[in-house]
Amino acid sequence: MVFEGEGTLRRKLWMLAGLGAIAAAITVLAAGGLNENMVFFLTPAELEARGVDIVDQPIRLGGQVKPGSVDWDPEAAELRFIIGEGEIEISVESTGAPPAMFQPGMGVVVEGACGEDDVFRATNLMVKHSNEYAPPEHAGDAGEVYKSLLEDS
Amino acid sequence: MLSTLGYASVIAALLAAAVATVAGGWAGLSRSGGEVSAALARRAAYFAFFAMSGGMLVMEIALLTHDFSVEYVARVGSRETPTYYTAISLWSSLEGSILFWGWILAGYGALFAFTRRREFGALRAAGEPLTALGGGLAHGLRTTPLVLGVIGVVQLFFFGLLAGAANPFGIVDPAPANGPGPNPLLQNHPLMGLHPPMLYFGFVGMTVPFAFAIAALLRGNVEARWLRDGRRWMVAAWAFLTMGIIGGGWWSYEVLGWGGAWAWDPVENASFLPWLTATAFLHSAMVQERRGMLKTWNLTLMIGTFLLTLFGTFLTRSGVIDSVHAFTEGVIGPVFLAFIAVVAIASLALIGWRGNRLRAPGQVESPASRESAFILNNLLLVGFTFTVLLGTMWPLVVEALRGDRISVGPPYFDQVASPIGLALIFLMGVGPALPWRRAGRKQLERSFAWPAIVGAAAGLLAFALGVGYFLPILTIAFAAFVLTTIAEEFRKGIAARRRIAERSYLGALRDLFSRTGQRYGGYVVHVGVIVIALAISVSWTWKTEREMTLRPGERLAIKDYEVELIEVWANEEPHRFVIGATFAAYRDGRGIGEERPRINFYKATGQNIATPAVKSSLTSDLYLTLMAVDPEGGDHATVRAIVNPGIVWLWIGGMIMGVGALIAIWPWGRSRVRAAGAELLADPAAAA
Repeated sequence: MVFEGEGTLRRKLWMLAGLGAIAAAITVLAAGGLNENMVFFLTPAELEARGVDIVDQPIRLGGQVKPGSVDWDPEAAELRFIIGEGEIEISVESTGAPPAMFQPGMGVVVEGACGEDDVFRATNLMVKHSNEYAPPEHAGDAGEVYKSLLEDS
Repeated sequence: MLSTLGYASVIAALLAAAVATVAGGWAGLSRSGGEVSAALARRAAYFAFFAMSGGMLVMEIALLTHDFSVEYVARVGSRETPTYYTAISLWSSLEGSILFWGWILAGYGALFAFTRRREFGALRAAGEPLTALGGGLAHGLRTTPLVLGVIGVVQLFFFGLLAGAANPFGIVDPAPANGPGPNPLLQNHPLMGLHPPMLYFGFVGMTVPFAFAIAALLRGNVEARWLRDGRRWMVAAWAFLTMGIIGGGWWSYEVLGWGGAWAWDPVENASFLPWLTATAFLHSAMVQERRGMLKTWNLTLMIGTFLLTLFGTFLTRSGVIDSVHAFTEGVIGPVFLAFIAVVAIASLALIGWRGNRLRAPGQVESPASRESAFILNNLLLVGFTFTVLLGTMWPLVVEALRGDRISVGPPYFDQVASPIGLALIFLMGVGPALPWRRAGRKQLERSFAWPAIVGAAAGLLAFALGVGYFLPILTIAFAAFVLTTIAEEFRKGIAARRRIAERSYLGALRDLFSRTGQRYGGYVVHVGVIVIALAISVSWTWKTEREMTLRPGERLAIKDYEVELIEVWANEEPHRFVIGATFAAYRDGRGIGEERPRINFYKATGQNIATPAVKSSLTSDLYLTLMAVDPEGGDHATVRAIVNPGIVWLWIGGMIMGVGALIAIWPWGRSRVRAAGAELLADPAAAA
């Protein structure tokens, strides 16, 4: 009986150690993953304030697309625009067409990094996945574009 | 008028919930009496459903008749929105969703009372013999009213929200002539009528197992019968949640236009977290059923799952995801958080108080046993929950502590999900083939020789066929391993039935499902999971994307597909402008029809929503998103083409999972229900 008891204890310890090792592995995996994949979410003002510290770091930049700044070259599939916040303006370069929801004046989030030339190179233009209603801001302008399109076609 | 009627319904439901709470609590916890209050709790559960149905009906009438004096209608309704989307805009914003949630919650309460009607019926018919020696309600009959009482507490919270902070029946005076209509994203695809209800049925359904757990703790006993019944409710809710999640992925794929189904968005994570803990419970419950262990753990999972459904709703509805500081701006956030805290603390206290009564008699005897496979499965699932929760919450933690706004990208989640997911898949092949208690070396060799050989062969074959990536090879090998184990289980089960009962193959299969539906239904669910894992792995690895600006007559070639722009067109609908492009699609040079991706511009909200055109086949999907058209009314269009191999199998796998869950909870023959009732009444312990 005594021996059996000791055997049970040892087995229990081994099993606990095994489970503990797995739990530790998951923790390490999560902690390491978090560290590597943390993307700073900055406003144009914060980006400017950080200056050279933040060059080539992964960043999500959120702000408003400055009306009149959008320059889209369909042949070369190059998109340039300015994200602004008050006085501060950040030039953004992106490849690929702007997503359909992209409108001057709207809020956007771009993912990418800022180069030494102060141009933000976006790898990803994001559209918010919101399930709440947001009030229109520049509905009028976009509506006009569509109306002119309708008349032409 | 409608506002008053709707609000009165909510107040009536609130009163009914209060009655159910008090009467159910009294019948469940008092030492004598209880017959009257048990019957009262049941009536109150029915009445709450009746009243909430009235509230729902009033809201639907208000929506469909465009009664903009009702605040919610003024916010999500518009005269131009098509009727279908008007009807389902019930869940397109906060207050309506809570109303829908409350209605489902009342429905679950009433349904639970209904499934227990025999107990009450027997009580009324037999009277005296059912009461215990000292008078009062028999022990075995006290849990049902208590569960109703706990559901009543949750109802009090939700109906209270509807009566206060999230009142959908507020009055707008003067009533506007028209409204903005629902969020364009939510009126852009018919799946919107299916995916949220499924999700809500799943979320809200977790209340019933939670109520079981709390009732068991309050009464200080966890009878096998209550675990079994609690699990049936959990399987049902879990199946709805699964369908809701898969449906959400499908919706996202068909609507959002980026060509994927899952982006680890907080909204998606919120639905995935309770799914993970519910899945853990469905497995660990079997350990308790067979070995009597893990009682406290199982109760914790039931309660934790319920808390995560509340937490997910809090995350997505309070604005906290946008910023820690946003949630205090609304009332919903703090109220939800307070309720979560109260439930969590009360549950913990209950577990602490009753912990000594839940001490398990059994213990794990060997690492090579089914119970240890289940324990490992639980560790992985809870670890998965923890990592997803951490990634979702990390931005809030960093913002609260350091003030920095950060986000945690999908790479984090992919990075943690792949190894944990693969380990879980591997376990799916190991667990079912292990016996309870302990497996001998011989037994292990016999069980695993073939699955291991088939798995290794499949992996090698994939490599030989040119699969050059590690993860897909591993997924294919594990999938083959698991499918072989499952096939072997079915083969053994069918052979046994044929031998014992001399059944045909099909009859034997039916027997397996009707007699041991939980186990074999579970295997069917596993097959669905494997199909999904393969679909994710394949579509992820071999997804191809190309973007080009085309003029009419020009072609874009991608993989074995080609698309040619025919024309760019536009038209106006009452609620939106639509700009579209028509493409002729070819596969291997043969025409496969016209594709018409569109951009919809919703007038009322001023938002553009792209609707991709998807051509599905069993091998791969052609996915076209219209990115831009010439703003000068022109003839060129920019299109993004994505070829997604095997993605259809995500939805097929989801359906297989649903079928499996259905097999597990199907009431195969009603005699079993009656037998369960008789068992309860004949149980000598019930009179103790």
